[in-house]
Amino acid sequence: MSQAFLTASRVRRSLAPSARVAALTVCALLTLGPVIWTVSTSLRTPAESFDLPPKIVPSSPTAEAYSGVFDQIDIWLLALNSTLVTALIALGQMVTAGLAGYAFARLDFRFKKALFALVLATMMVPLQVTIVPVFLVLKSISLTDTLLGLIVPAFPTAFGTFLMRQYFLGMPKDLGEAAMLDGAGPWRVFRSVYAPLAAPGLAIVGVLAFNYHWNEFFRPLILETSSQNYTLPLGLVSLQGNLGTGSISVVLAGVVLSMIPAVAVFVVGQRPLREGITSAGVNR
Amino acid sequence: MTSTQAPTVRPDRAADPPAGDRPRPSARERGARLLAALFLAPTIVGIVVFTVVPIAGSVVLSLFHWNVIDSPRFAGTANYREAFTDSTVLVSFGNTLVFMVLAVVSQLLIALILALAVNGRMPVWLRSAFRSAFFFPLVLSAASISVVMKYLFNQDFGVVNWLLGLVGIAPVPWLTSENGAMAAVILVYVWQQFGFSFLLFVGGLNNIPKEMHEAASLDGATGLRKHLHVTLPLLSPTLLVASVVGIINALQVFEQPYVLTNGGPGDSTRTVVMVIYETAFEQLRFGTASAVGVLLFVLIMAVTAFQFRLSRRFVHYQ
Repeated sequence: MSQAFLTASRVRRSLAPSARVAALTVCALLTLGPVIWTVSTSLRTPAESFDLPPKIVPSSPTAEAYSGVFDQIDIWLLALNSTLVTALIALGQMVTAGLAGYAFARLDFRFKKALFALVLATMMVPLQVTIVPVFLVLKSISLTDTLLGLIVPAFPTAFGTFLMRQYFLGMPKDLGEAAMLDGAGPWRVFRSVYAPLAAPGLAIVGVLAFNYHWNEFFRPLILETSSQNYTLPLGLVSLQGNLGTGSISVVLAGVVLSMIPAVAVFVVGQRPLREGITSAGVNR
Repeated sequence: MTSTQAPTVRPDRAADPPAGDRPRPSARERGARLLAALFLAPTIVGIVVFTVVPIAGSVVLSLFHWNVIDSPRFAGTANYREAFTDSTVLVSFGNTLVFMVLAVVSQLLIALILALAVNGRMPVWLRSAFRSAFFFPLVLSAASISVVMKYLFNQDFGVVNWLLGLVGIAPVPWLTSENGAMAAVILVYVWQQFGFSFLLFVGGLNNIPKEMHEAASLDGATGLRKHLHVTLPLLSPTLLVASVVGIINALQVFEQPYVLTNGGPGDSTRTVVMVIYETAFEQLRFGTASAVGVLLFVLIMAVTAFQFRLSRRFVHYQ
């Protein structure tokens, strides 16, 4: 991946590669430390929770805390809510961004530039600035404290649209032109020529949407008031509030459970996730 | 964020014979327009309803007193005057700016050093392992991880103070003292966010042509000097993006202070977004909350514009 730096670093061999690797290893451990501690503490007995030095490998590992999570909060419901919200938003964003991105990249229509500028401009608008009116709009149509109120407003995605437009622009134009010469109309050109090629771009949109909305806290905190509509982060934060510091391992077990899908996506979709995060520098 | 290759020229139209078969292209053109309208409708309608109208709504609301229950009363600039005189609001802007400067500077520095280090010579598997480790916190929920961090930063039984004790540092009252709380919020935020700038820098470093480094080495530049005079200028476009996005994100910080300290002790970690949240959804003062929101928006715009102005002088595009 970086021949440039293999060559470049040959010059600064004086930096002692082994010292550099050792320093990087310490940094990596500090980075992963809180996560490792969370997993190991969730597997310890409550009495051992606060042991210092922390026993990374529990002396008598127990899954007690995990059954505790299922007893003390309705984690199935939280997980179901989170899954529904995240999956539908990811799917919705892939559809809206795919279609709009294609229109901006490959179709001709009036006000194209102005509309695209409008889409780009909204990328700059922080969510917190619009949340009060959005809350009032949703309230007026009785969508506050519903999962739908969390899902629908997240469908349009300025960044996803931008990303898909770039993606379609990167595809060879002759493909569509050849199909048009064969008599295909605009819909056929989209449906059978370009759409099948869009999967990797859509994967980026989907993975980014998953990462953001699975972890989302601000909107659920404001929109969802009854606990049966809570998503995982909201449920876990309120679990900690309810229990105080007593059942730390139960709280941590809940955190570990909620991390699993995010970690799975990190493992499977790291490449699209990385590309998405870096391509336009949007991370929220 | 990169410039667009907007199709100002339309080869498909231009390639058509000048005249003659008019009906066919125009039928196709109408088809394309109809399709474009259908394809754009969900995004444009959604953006108008959930972003454009709410921005206007925020501005309008900021001119009224409203608690949802009674009917709105026109307030003129009263909400803005309140924002500029209310001590909690002022303190929250101060906190947010302090947080932003310290968090963004440390985030960029850590990311830059680690990106340079990871780009040095090492086996490929090791490099990708480091890259994954530094990027990992980004996929976690800021709210849930802050719950964990609250235990780690506990003054008496937290792992952080235990680690500091190993190197002879007395227990720090994280979360219970004003400076400690701000430091903890910054540390937790930077811990989760630096991987983002790191990824940007790794990408930016990969785009620097190796000839640049070779030329510099031939001229006798080594180590730090080479980085200062060759790598950094070539990396400046990436630095600009990383700092713009870093600042925009930091100005909106919410989860970490909300969960770790709930704004305290006192108001010492109360941020602007926390004030918006509390004013609107706990005190039901929607007008004042909207005014604070509009001010935050203006601040973000101003900082971003200022950065791009600065960048004209310092960013080198190849």
